[in-house]
Amino acid sequence: MSDVSGRITPRAQRGWYKRNEIALTPWLFLLPGVLFFAVYVVFPILQSFNISFYKWDGLGEAEYIGLKNYTDLMGDRNFEISLWNNLRWLILYLLAIPAGLMIALFLNQTVTGIRLYKSLFFFPFVISQVVVGLVFSWFYLPDSGLLDSFLQWLGFDGLNVLGNPNYATYGIIAAGLWPQTAYCMILYLTGLNAVDPEQVEAARLDGAKGWRMLWYVIIPQLKPATFIAFVVTIIGALRSFDLISIMTNGGPFGSTRVLSFYMFEKALSEYGFRMGYGAAIAVVLFLIMLLFIAYFLWSMYREERGR
Amino acid sequence: MFPRPIEKASPAWQYTYQGLLPLALIMWLLPLLAVAMFSMKPDADFTSGNYWTLPSYFAGFENYSTVFGTWQRTLDGCADNAWPLAFNNDAFCIFRFGWDYDGSDMVRYMFNSIMITIPTVIGVVALSSMTGFALGIYKFRSNLLIFFMFVAGNFVPFQILMVPVRDLTLDMGLYNTKTGLVLFHIAFQTGFATLFMRNFIRALPFELVEAARVEGIAEWRIYWFVVLPLLKPALAAMAVLIFTFIWNDFFWAVVLTQGAESQPVTAGITSFNAQYRAAYHLMSAGSIVAALPPVMMFFLMQKHFIAGLTLGAVK
Repeated sequence: MSDVSGRITPRAQRGWYKRNEIALTPWLFLLPGVLFFAVYVVFPILQSFNISFYKWDGLGEAEYIGLKNYTDLMGDRNFEISLWNNLRWLILYLLAIPAGLMIALFLNQTVTGIRLYKSLFFFPFVISQVVVGLVFSWFYLPDSGLLDSFLQWLGFDGLNVLGNPNYATYGIIAAGLWPQTAYCMILYLTGLNAVDPEQVEAARLDGAKGWRMLWYVIIPQLKPATFIAFVVTIIGALRSFDLISIMTNGGPFGSTRVLSFYMFEKALSEYGFRMGYGAAIAVVLFLIMLLFIAYFLWSMYREERGR
Repeated sequence: MFPRPIEKASPAWQYTYQGLLPLALIMWLLPLLAVAMFSMKPDADFTSGNYWTLPSYFAGFENYSTVFGTWQRTLDGCADNAWPLAFNNDAFCIFRFGWDYDGSDMVRYMFNSIMITIPTVIGVVALSSMTGFALGIYKFRSNLLIFFMFVAGNFVPFQILMVPVRDLTLDMGLYNTKTGLVLFHIAFQTGFATLFMRNFIRALPFELVEAARVEGIAEWRIYWFVVLPLLKPALAAMAVLIFTFIWNDFFWAVVLTQGAESQPVTAGITSFNAQYRAAYHLMSAGSIVAALPPVMMFFLMQKHFIAGLTLGAVK
């Protein structure tokens, strides 16, 4: 590079930018990204908080009503159902972690063709949730679906999974677990690859095997993979929207709503444009998520300090 | 290695394992295999209730060609085409070359998906390589704070952004346009991508930057000539991930667009669903077409894809 002049010019004579280059450059590089992120992510969060104190149909004048949206939520039966369903999603979705670990252990071998098997097992994660939803709604079709055909072949009665308010949510969660398990599997396969073989051998010499080996030697070494699996699964559970929208559209009788879906329904659908009420639901969902986000950031912060 | 390598097990167990593998795979992919089979069955099989039998004859070609419609060369359909790639009044145009198109809206949705996904990937790569560079190389007081802002923003539920972002897009006159969707996606994905790039840049040998500084090289040149070339594998990994995320996005497509002129395939397929209600053979062919690009991306760039997804899973 021909920038020789910069080196022989006395410091004081160089331009202001040149003298402060190292302090200024990061800000110049951050500017476009931070600007985009502020406009589309940071400010909208604050705006949503603000909108949640108003009664607003999205077009006309917004009317300030204080905490009324929140007090209304307290008595809203559908909000309560959504909240309970969110809890079901959170708890049951975590099953993806042990399930993913089991499949990863099953596939962690070196037989011929195992690479192809691993990628094919990972397949469900690559497909969009919309397609997964469609596929599973056909799987659950009453009478003609694969599940019912199988049940009838075994001599049981058919089960209209998505038409029954008692089962529909579980049916959707099962569909969601399919790609999520695949994701956890790939995390654990990567983790297992990095397990220290010497520790495993040492433990074997000490007579550890099977479950004890897994529990005391392997799982502790998989901690980073487990942490990420936990993060993505929690986020995935609270973000569930696509599957519900495709498979049941909240029904039957609103029994499969979760907060993310109920919010959308209130703010943007044929049920009317209640932006303020929708924003209040979003704020509740955000605060729930914030608990987890704070925990994730705290873990990351400790690690950053540890470096 | 755990579990114990299968080669050290008894031959009987080795054979069992080899047999179990394909069986488990078929069970695992059963719903998908069913759809693949659906897409090759003629309509008659469904009306007569034979959902799960083998196709009475192979109808794959006719199903997929219904989805793709018919194409015919045209010249005048693209006369006023301003963009290198566009859909003008049911003609698909590449510069002035065009094909008159007749059939389902699926092709338009696919086209929209491509025109949304590719610019987003380019935008995210550009922005996040810069933010990642700034946060990964320089030490300044609010560094960690800004970094955490990106990370936290990446985790928030979409619904908290929905009303204001839709409003903003309406105000800018970009509601129901591909541009409106692209701008939001670039902004939101920059959060995840910054996390990714910054951690990757942190792991690069810092001596390279120091050596360049001693040589008196300008900082932006360090970005362009020193850091960016080293980022190639990370950018590739990130690009395939972002491609998949955006291709598969459904929520924002529903919130910010409507109708075949701008909706991507994930949102479009639901209208397709309404158009061909209970036409399982067409719906499954459509679903497979919609799912194909990310699947191809995954198989072509598998190493990068998995490296991206499992970032941080190993210390």
